[in-house]
Amino acid sequence: MTELVDEQLLKDLAILAQLPFEPEQVSSTLSAINEVLELVARLEDAETASVLPLAHPLERQQILREDAVTENIDRNQLSQNAPSFEDGLYFVPKVIE
Amino acid sequence: MTHPFSTLTQLQTQLRERSISATELTQFYLDRIAQLNPMLNCYITVDNERALDQARAADQQLAQGSAAPLTGIPISQKDIFCIEDQITTAGSKMLANFRPPYTATSASQLEQAGAITLGKTNMDEFAMGSSNETSYYGPAKNPWDLLRIPGGSSGGSAAAVAAGLCAASTGTDTGGSIRQPAAMCGLTGLKPTYGRISRWGMIAFASSLDQAGPMTHTAEDAALMLEHMAGYDPKDATSLDEPVPEYSQNLNQPMAGLRIGVCRQFFSEGLEGAVEQSIREALKTFEHLGATLIDIDLPHTPLSVSAYYVIAPAECSANLSRFDGIRFGHRCDDPTDLQDLYQRSRGEGFGNEVKKRILVGTFALSAGYYDAFYRKAQQVRRLIKNDFVEAFDHVDLIVGPTAPTPAFQLGEKLDNPVDMYLQDIFTISANLAGLPAMSIPAGQVRGLPVGLQLIGNYLQEGTLLRAGHQFQQATDWHQLAPEIE
Repeated sequence: MTELVDEQLLKDLAILAQLPFEPEQVSSTLSAINEVLELVARLEDAETASVLPLAHPLERQQILREDAVTENIDRNQLSQNAPSFEDGLYFVPKVIE
Repeated sequence: MTHPFSTLTQLQTQLRERSISATELTQFYLDRIAQLNPMLNCYITVDNERALDQARAADQQLAQGSAAPLTGIPISQKDIFCIEDQITTAGSKMLANFRPPYTATSASQLEQAGAITLGKTNMDEFAMGSSNETSYYGPAKNPWDLLRIPGGSSGGSAAAVAAGLCAASTGTDTGGSIRQPAAMCGLTGLKPTYGRISRWGMIAFASSLDQAGPMTHTAEDAALMLEHMAGYDPKDATSLDEPVPEYSQNLNQPMAGLRIGVCRQFFSEGLEGAVEQSIREALKTFEHLGATLIDIDLPHTPLSVSAYYVIAPAECSANLSRFDGIRFGHRCDDPTDLQDLYQRSRGEGFGNEVKKRILVGTFALSAGYYDAFYRKAQQVRRLIKNDFVEAFDHVDLIVGPTAPTPAFQLGEKLDNPVDMYLQDIFTISANLAGLPAMSIPAGQVRGLPVGLQLIGNYLQEGTLLRAGHQFQQATDWHQLAPEIE
């Protein structure tokens, strides 16, 4: 079977997925991904021309609730999980020069 | 003396009769964890102090006669359920230091019902795996044979209950992650109807498939746990607003007249002969209990693994985009710019299986491939669901094996991921259709437990539990315990 994902497509996917493109792992990653896609290719056997896609297994509408504050989480408690947080701000590398 | 493999109902009685205190019971399990966890690796975090605080409060309630149904019973939680201020890793390096600011609804409900939380159990990273081997914290071991896998992704929970390191545990099931480890470790594991238990505070893998559930020694215990885990939660938009029956009160309703479907596709190539023999024997037991067996077909079931490996990765690629190294989770050292921060943090924080699934999901959702993969998989998902809807016009339950083989050896399938994925061939279709399904112990092969799967119609967890309970009154597979001291 032709491999669906090649090195260039893998590069593009890594960018979309915000994952590093690791040249030394290209061959193992490509073979792992293409192996999954080969398994997936069996879907072609199913006749689905007039079948509607199913997203929610019980086909219920998602429940909407009022857009109101129901509870608060302490900001300091949240910030304890942040790798870099000072003076109420999350720190990231400089974005704009 | 407390027996490490006591059921919840036995412990309930002992606590109420005051033949043991909650503090003694909790200490008993904590001592066993200290002794056996280094060998089994089934807990990632144990919180002695918090558990003993809860136990002392439970003893007060028991003394005052104000005990709730689970008061004083020590359980564990899969490390995918957030518990406020307690490290919650989801088996990943990404969340090695994550302390959630809130507690998952289902975990909170169990604690409100009196359960004591001993700690958090090991799991495949972000629940992606069938052997527990993708955990950043090393694999949990199967108490029946320490060289074998306990199943996954809820392998730590299964190993902990099977080895008597807690009285019951919780799991999550996206493609079989409660039922398969329950089968491998000789337990009862129930995945309820999609939406039956709130997903709020449960770290998401594939949101349209994920469902929490209990892992216990008996169906009776699973009924008790489910009563306190289930229910409508406005914080989960997919939570079902349906009343929760008293499952534990209806377990003895006679089986006579119950129609059990035996699906031809569940007895297919890949199913080990000895496992099939155990399941065929179990079917005879159901007949003796008064059920009628009816052969059925679920013709699209063989496509379930293929549909799953589009839908689950697609949803995981979206869900896991929240891990960006900024607000919480792992961050790489000295990022040069924002892009570098995102990519290296995710590259270092996620293991290979997770990264692979994110890439497959990103591919399946990308322009040019969406229709051929994602849309096609969702269409096949409907065909799989329709098969079940049609079958449930004729039967009340569908029965078959939970997994094609008993527990395999650690490392045995690491080089053959597709073979690993096919472990879930009998369990995945219930997730795609959103149906409740349960595994119960139904035999042994080479000294290893074999699981029988029961699949029910929507919201018919009660029927599953009733059939499971009555099977367990007629057999003693669920009473066998591994020799591990």
